[in-house]
Amino acid sequence: MYAQLVETGLKKVQSIDEMSLEEQTFQARIDAGVKIEAKDWMPDAYRKTLIRQISQHAHSEIVGQLPEGNWVTRAPTLKRKSILLAKIQDEAGHGLYLYSAAETLGVSRDGLLAALHAGKAKYSSIFNYPTLSWADMGAIGWLVDGSAIINQIPLCRCSYGPYARAMVRVCKEESFHARQGYDIMMSLAKGTPAQKAMAQDALNRWWWPSLMMFGPSDAESVNSAQSSKWRIKLFSNDELRQRMVDQTVPQIEYLGLTVPDPDLTFNADTGHYAFGAIDWSEFHNVLKGNGPCNRERLQTRVKAWDDGAWFREALVAYADKQASKEAA
Amino acid sequence: MSREWPLWEVFIRSQHGLAHKHVGSLHAPDAEMAVNNARDVYTRRNEGVSIWVVRAADIVASSPSDKGALFEPANSKVYRHPTFFPMPEEVKNL
Repeated sequence: MYAQLVETGLKKVQSIDEMSLEEQTFQARIDAGVKIEAKDWMPDAYRKTLIRQISQHAHSEIVGQLPEGNWVTRAPTLKRKSILLAKIQDEAGHGLYLYSAAETLGVSRDGLLAALHAGKAKYSSIFNYPTLSWADMGAIGWLVDGSAIINQIPLCRCSYGPYARAMVRVCKEESFHARQGYDIMMSLAKGTPAQKAMAQDALNRWWWPSLMMFGPSDAESVNSAQSSKWRIKLFSNDELRQRMVDQTVPQIEYLGLTVPDPDLTFNADTGHYAFGAIDWSEFHNVLKGNGPCNRERLQTRVKAWDDGAWFREALVAYADKQASKEAA
Repeated sequence: MSREWPLWEVFIRSQHGLAHKHVGSLHAPDAEMAVNNARDVYTRRNEGVSIWVVRAADIVASSPSDKGALFEPANSKVYRHPTFFPMPEEVKNL
């Protein structure tokens, strides 16, 4: 997802007898549905896992602006341009909510950003793919934000209060993103044959990476089992992916486009779509840094940060000057 | 790297005349920028008519370990709730 393969640092899920008294009380609170707040006692592994998960999520929001930034100056109309700008601004906001949530765990935002810029922190695999045509703005809003919504709605109920509250805000805004994306796809699908082909091409390129966003099957993963126990992960990757396929295939059919999966079949007994095998070697390769745009995304991020340094410093200098004037 | 901007807590009063409510936090070099940033981050969809920003460092909070001492005394005083006093059906306006 926006946070993929999050490590807990644990080799096995802790059983109740292995827990200290504090840990047992903590687990009991989570089992009772009590929200954990910043100043409450929490196990070190819970804190560290959340920092990894939330900061990875935040980085994804920030890096996620870059593929869309590519099309701001080339949007087909002023209206589309305004909408795209508003969506990108939302992503910056989502990043900020999430960095704030991470900071409640005792890390600094500048520290998290430094880790991202040094290439030490992960962000979602999906943002390492290029945006080649305008239709990609439609496909991203519809499929990528669509996948994000499926992942984020359960997180509104996660055990860590500041993260859950950030997710509530994010989810409210995310529906706009998915709809504006589908709106772009509808216009193209109803347009000229060339426009419809452009929409199909974008779907072909974004379909599989969007399904990969949920991460590989985690049925056997210790990290996922532990995170579920802590209620910072509420559904398995496969369950969420299935939900995505089930809700999206009818939307594709409405557009008159074709799902780029020859193995896709509907199982009337289960009510679910069965889909073809996912190429996980591609996913792992992108995570390792070898996706089509990994290097460019990071370079652009670092350049934006470095180019803005003089401005950030000027604001601090101004604030210091005003403060010393007031003191005098 | 320059000094990190201080953290501010943001409170917004919504359209309906309710009290300012905590909505989140942000970093800003001074109060004026904190209000500007709060406008951009927390009121992009008409969420508010007024913004308060407070330096996070200036907030004094109770500690989770004081929860018992602070809040338990209220537990035994259920008579402070109107539902503690059952009223006969035929008695109205109470």
